[in-house]
Amino acid sequence: MIIHHPILGPRDSAEFTYLGDANLIHRPDWQAEDALAQFTDYGYQRKNPAGVHRELWFHEQGDRSWLVVTRNTVTHEITKVELARDVARAEGRDT
Amino acid sequence: MRYSGLRVIKEALTGHRGWGPAWRDADPKPDYDYVIIGGGGHGLATAYYLAKKYGKSRIAVLEKGWIGGGNVGRNTTIIRSNYLLDGNEPFYELSLQLWENLEQELNYNAMVSQRGILNLFHTDAQRDAFIRRGNAMMLNGADADLMSTERILEKYPFLNVHNARFPIKGGLAQHRGGTVRHDAVAWGYARGADQHGVDIIQNCEVTGFRIEHGKVLGVETSRGYIGAKKVASCVAGSSSRVMEKAGMRLPIESHVLQAFVSEGLKPVLPGVITFGAGHFYCSQSDKGGLVFGGDLDGYNSYAQRGNLPVVEDVCEGGMAIFPMLGRVRLLRMWGGIMDMSMDGSPIIDQTHIEGLYFNGGWCYGGFKATPASGLVYAHLLATDTPHPTATAYRFDRFERGLMIDEKGMGNQPNLH
Amino acid sequence: MTQVNRLSGGLIDRNAPLSFRFDGKTYQGHKGDTLASALLANGVRLMGRSFKYHRPRGVMTAGSEEPNALVELRSGAAQEPNTRATTAELFDGLEANSQNRWPSLAWDALAINDTFSNFLTAGFYYKTFMWPRAFWEKLYEPIIRKAAGLGSISFEPDPDQYDKGFRHCDLLIIGAGPTGLAAALTAGRAGLDVILADEDFALGGRLNAEQFDVGDQSGAHWAANTVAELASLPNVRVMARTSILGAFDHGIYGAVERVSDHLARPEAGKPRQILWRIYTKRALLCAGAMERPIGFENNDRPGIMLASAMRAYANRWAATPAQEIAVFTNNDDGHRTAADLAAKGVTVAAVIDTRENAPKTGSYEVLAGAEITGTQGRLGLRSVDVKMANGQTRRIACGALGVSGGWNPNVHLTCHQRGKPEWREDIAGFVPGAVLPQGMSVAGAAQGIFPTAACMMSGAEAATDICADLGAPTPAIDLPSTEDAPVNITPFWHVQGAKRAWLDQQNDVTAKDVKLAHQENFVSVEHLKRYTTLGMATDQGKTSNIPGLAIMAELSGKQIPQVGTTIFRPPYTPTAIGALAGRSRDEDFRPTRKTPSHVWAEEQGAQFVEVGMWLRAQYFPRPGETHWRQSVDREVLQTRNSVGICDVTTLGKIDVQGADAAAFLNKIYANGFAKLPVGKVRYGLMLREDGIAMDDGTAARFAEDHFVVTTTTANAVPVYRHMEFVRQCLFPNMDVQLISTTEAWAQFSVAGPNARKLLQKVVDAEHDISNEAFPYMACGQITVANGLRARLFRISFSGELAYEIAVPTRYGDAMIRKLVEAGKEFDAVVYGTEALGVMRIEKGHAAGNELNGTTTALNLGMGRMVSKKKDSIGSTLSERDGLNTEDALKLVGFKPVDTEHPVPAGAHLMTKGDPVNAAHDQGYITSACYSPNLGCHIGIGYLKSGDTRLGEVVRLVSPLTGLDHDVEVVSAHFVDPEGERLRA
Repeated sequence: MIIHHPILGPRDSAEFTYLGDANLIHRPDWQAEDALAQFTDYGYQRKNPAGVHRELWFHEQGDRSWLVVTRNTVTHEITKVELARDVARAEGRDT
Repeated sequence: MRYSGLRVIKEALTGHRGWGPAWRDADPKPDYDYVIIGGGGHGLATAYYLAKKYGKSRIAVLEKGWIGGGNVGRNTTIIRSNYLLDGNEPFYELSLQLWENLEQELNYNAMVSQRGILNLFHTDAQRDAFIRRGNAMMLNGADADLMSTERILEKYPFLNVHNARFPIKGGLAQHRGGTVRHDAVAWGYARGADQHGVDIIQNCEVTGFRIEHGKVLGVETSRGYIGAKKVASCVAGSSSRVMEKAGMRLPIESHVLQAFVSEGLKPVLPGVITFGAGHFYCSQSDKGGLVFGGDLDGYNSYAQRGNLPVVEDVCEGGMAIFPMLGRVRLLRMWGGIMDMSMDGSPIIDQTHIEGLYFNGGWCYGGFKATPASGLVYAHLLATDTPHPTATAYRFDRFERGLMIDEKGMGNQPNLH
Repeated sequence: MTQVNRLSGGLIDRNAPLSFRFDGKTYQGHKGDTLASALLANGVRLMGRSFKYHRPRGVMTAGSEEPNALVELRSGAAQEPNTRATTAELFDGLEANSQNRWPSLAWDALAINDTFSNFLTAGFYYKTFMWPRAFWEKLYEPIIRKAAGLGSISFEPDPDQYDKGFRHCDLLIIGAGPTGLAAALTAGRAGLDVILADEDFALGGRLNAEQFDVGDQSGAHWAANTVAELASLPNVRVMARTSILGAFDHGIYGAVERVSDHLARPEAGKPRQILWRIYTKRALLCAGAMERPIGFENNDRPGIMLASAMRAYANRWAATPAQEIAVFTNNDDGHRTAADLAAKGVTVAAVIDTRENAPKTGSYEVLAGAEITGTQGRLGLRSVDVKMANGQTRRIACGALGVSGGWNPNVHLTCHQRGKPEWREDIAGFVPGAVLPQGMSVAGAAQGIFPTAACMMSGAEAATDICADLGAPTPAIDLPSTEDAPVNITPFWHVQGAKRAWLDQQNDVTAKDVKLAHQENFVSVEHLKRYTTLGMATDQGKTSNIPGLAIMAELSGKQIPQVGTTIFRPPYTPTAIGALAGRSRDEDFRPTRKTPSHVWAEEQGAQFVEVGMWLRAQYFPRPGETHWRQSVDREVLQTRNSVGICDVTTLGKIDVQGADAAAFLNKIYANGFAKLPVGKVRYGLMLREDGIAMDDGTAARFAEDHFVVTTTTANAVPVYRHMEFVRQCLFPNMDVQLISTTEAWAQFSVAGPNARKLLQKVVDAEHDISNEAFPYMACGQITVANGLRARLFRISFSGELAYEIAVPTRYGDAMIRKLVEAGKEFDAVVYGTEALGVMRIEKGHAAGNELNGTTTALNLGMGRMVSKKKDSIGSTLSERDGLNTEDALKLVGFKPVDTEHPVPAGAHLMTKGDPVNAAHDQGYITSACYSPNLGCHIGIGYLKSGDTRLGEVVRLVSPLTGLDHDVEVVSAHFVDPEGERLRA
């Protein structure tokens, strides 16, 4: 596969390490009433769609960016690649 | 019809006119007591034991394509019970014992071949971990054998020990492990289930569940609605897709695992062998092809095909221990969907929906589990209590902190 | 022996005679021959044996799809099993042997299987060999395994080298037949960056195998001239002997170039083969089509081959399988074979055409509406029986039969991403479906377009479209005129009533087997394949699938497309595993990382050990030491008694800088770091988000906004990745930056009572490292050797007064020498990983064996370190009940009751008096060693409620290694439990 890195252009996916569901950005609040339940859900439950999937890739053998890649799990087609840091900020990670 | 050598001879002499269908192609009835979703090895075995051992009837197996077309039809055929953790080992040992009697049980030769499995190790820390595991196996009643490099070389004299990047320091063997003719497992269980009255319905895809007041009433399918008292999902790599129709999210990701077969060769490998410093394992089929595999591609996928980097990685592992394989040709590679769970161990449990049961999360270890998975799932369906060897395979083990993590990789499915 | 069946003409070089051996006999051929063509020219029709019935077999095809003529090529370590004689280029001295036969090809003992074939039908083995149970492994299976398989390997390491490389192009054209050449000319002239790849050594495809002209020259000449023009274009790369093995995601293709297979041995420094990963913007599949056989009784005898192959042998290689041949066809193309061979002076006994309206194409007899009902000749065809249109039977003498059942477009690569081919009635064949791999188009015969002129047009047009897509100017297409005969075929799959009509010749699957499969409900195409092994041969069913499907369709009353097709999978042709592995074998399987003191350690005769990718000194044997334990004991005692030096560079080092550096570490570590003063080091425990211990190490604070974090050797990469995840994804607004500096610093541990004295000789005098100025857990940026910048940490893994000193990596070698020199007066020792391990076990420090991915801070005895006052990764999920049970495992020490007994890692622990089984398992030993300080073996490990059981005697069992004895539960801190030494 080829991942179009927003800064570095097309890179072979073999340069990257895969983590998984981009929802892992949304780490729950440790002080929430039901923090344990929220963290369990965050840590273990996955949508795992057959279709469009937003997922985290780390450019381990590159510039060490974490990316959010939007990829179809049936066709492997990649439609969007963003810096995870930008996504995290845009989606409200405020620390 | 009973199969036997005599019968084969008799049929040969009379033009093979007497062989009937190995199983009937059934059409769906309006309702059943038990509907099993998924005509793979596990689903067919579940139906078989539910009918045979637990005496249940009015059972249907629904298969969206052709039976045995999932992972039971595309794996590397290995059976073993060399697990470390008490949540796993008794279950897999039960499975191995069922394998040992499978052919007589089913009157079908699935070519269960206990030619042994050997895990090589290359560091002291790996040896320590394998000793712990071998002891755990023996304490659970399984067999294990710690082999020195010298003993290993007697069986595999062609292993690379002269200029290896990671020298072999020994291995943990399970001599009762081995291989099975994988397709025959599905057919054998299908034939057995059919003989006990199970309806095997091919080309019947489940498109939804009918659920009222927290209770499942039946399934919508491509061949119409089918009512059921109990519905049991058993669809491995498609688990998330099917259970999503019941509104459930699962602690499972679907990943692609590639497997490989070489051109046929005169006998090369006597048993199953795994490399401990790279991703490579290999055995030789009775037909002569080397059957081998390695690591997951590593990303979520339902595509049933992989990419070149892992192909290269696997072949590099092969050449690392067997440099004689350079001129052997890879014939075919394929990919299957692995239902990778969050701790690398399966789930066999009731769901929060009454009458709906789940069996999945087999990662890439589902084939060897087929007989036991069928048996314990049938036990759960018939009695609503978990089988004694499968009490740990619960949904709630993650919230309770009771993970069964053989590899110690945590909640990252692609590392299990 | 003379070349009795060598014809005139052809593309072989008659001035270059070559000598070769087959089954020990010497023959002559020519440059340009394949092994198959040379054998045919020499009158050899028998080349192999089938898999199951050991039927005598000759060559069936003239290409890589060959199912029958498989040989063991070359000898010794270079022996290659299952090599297709049809693709093996002849070279002088070539040596080949037939395979899967004993004692000889002509007389094969297992041919007896054929006699019993009625008992050995499809799937018979599933119905028998079940009694008695133990006989499967002991008797039945060994016999089956010995009889099965095709060729054999040498069991010697492959003597050749393989390489890998990357290539990039605008357009990859797969196949250099008329379609591919026309496409390449178009795209090449338009200036696209083109790669043209073909598996053959002579480019041109069917143009080399046909008689018709292209423009005013022969097809072969036109092909050669076109290739010459393409090769002259700087933007076109022509790759012969290159098979495209697979179409992977996003336009990446795998290809194997056979650099040296046509030579007796690779030239010096050259690889045997190269694996290319070709990155394409677009790909054009011009892979042509393959002829398919017809099923009839005993259609597998040596001499029976595809008509197109017979024609190719005659036209390209000037060889005929026999002087008298016949043709069996259901389409016009078969007649072309008869005409071409007749023109070459071969006697055409008859053309048997299943069609009533068969054309009359030459001076030979054409039998219209006729079928072949049988054949004779065990080791080579003698005659065929023909049922005439009028119902009469005729026996026709011939030494070879060309069979044409029509052509299958070569859709293989279009299926690699699970595209499904579609049926086209007019050509009675499958063509590529609508869903193709991204960026791929198909042209010519692969698309179902068969006339040569139309193929060229199709290739040129497809290339033009691609040029337009990629924005290149499209030149006018100027194509020569050539053969343009329409397809004229009436589907005919098999002769009715034929039982032993071979479909899959390699695997011995016959029409009868398909019928049996149908009878037993193995009707789905995948069931058919798996039950009968149809299409599982080394050609992946290229020659067998469609006829098999046709018969199943007939039996089940369906149309062929309703029965479906199985999926072609990579590789397109079987590919050497060596090529896929490349240079990653033997010592070069993985890179080797060497520590800065490696050269010095080698000079000292150190034993090295693999630690991940690293090679580390394990111990340093001295003269007179005969056992590794002697060296290790000495290193430990000398360190504890005076001072020892150890290279610890492999530990991961991560620089953390920024205003929020402390806040960031507070997230990363379970324990607190906000209040760590500058100039101090703190031990840190890192959890995964699931609450399990991930890694441990130290963090040293060099400034308010600057920390240096260490990790274990094994976790250097994953910890860094994790920290970047936390930084970029979870706390994107923190002002903090990370960089791995593992390779930047050479780091040495200096441990033992004399450590300070030694270091004082090395550290520049202006830096006060006295106990008062530089106490336990101090850190600082200092200089050594008159001004070289260095970092000093007063931390201890061994439990001794100890420091770690880091200098820029390029000074690592100098530093170890300086430390050793400075240590001489203290009798300093350099110790390896073994002694390091012994000392950390004696001190009860956890390492990889304890941090095994399932253990928590609580298990490690560090439960109280997990701060409840702050949020850190893993703190919430570490609170789950199952991880905090009453009887949780605790890390403790173990000493044997009988001091002669070992305490091996991996042993399990049982309460005295309990039965020995898994249900009563109390824990396990994680790490163990012989302690020269205690004079006995010791271990650390996990025991249920271990911290409350100190002093208890438990039973250590290791059934795997035959041990069962008592050990005492003790504190894991065997040496200096109060920690006085490290503060000294």
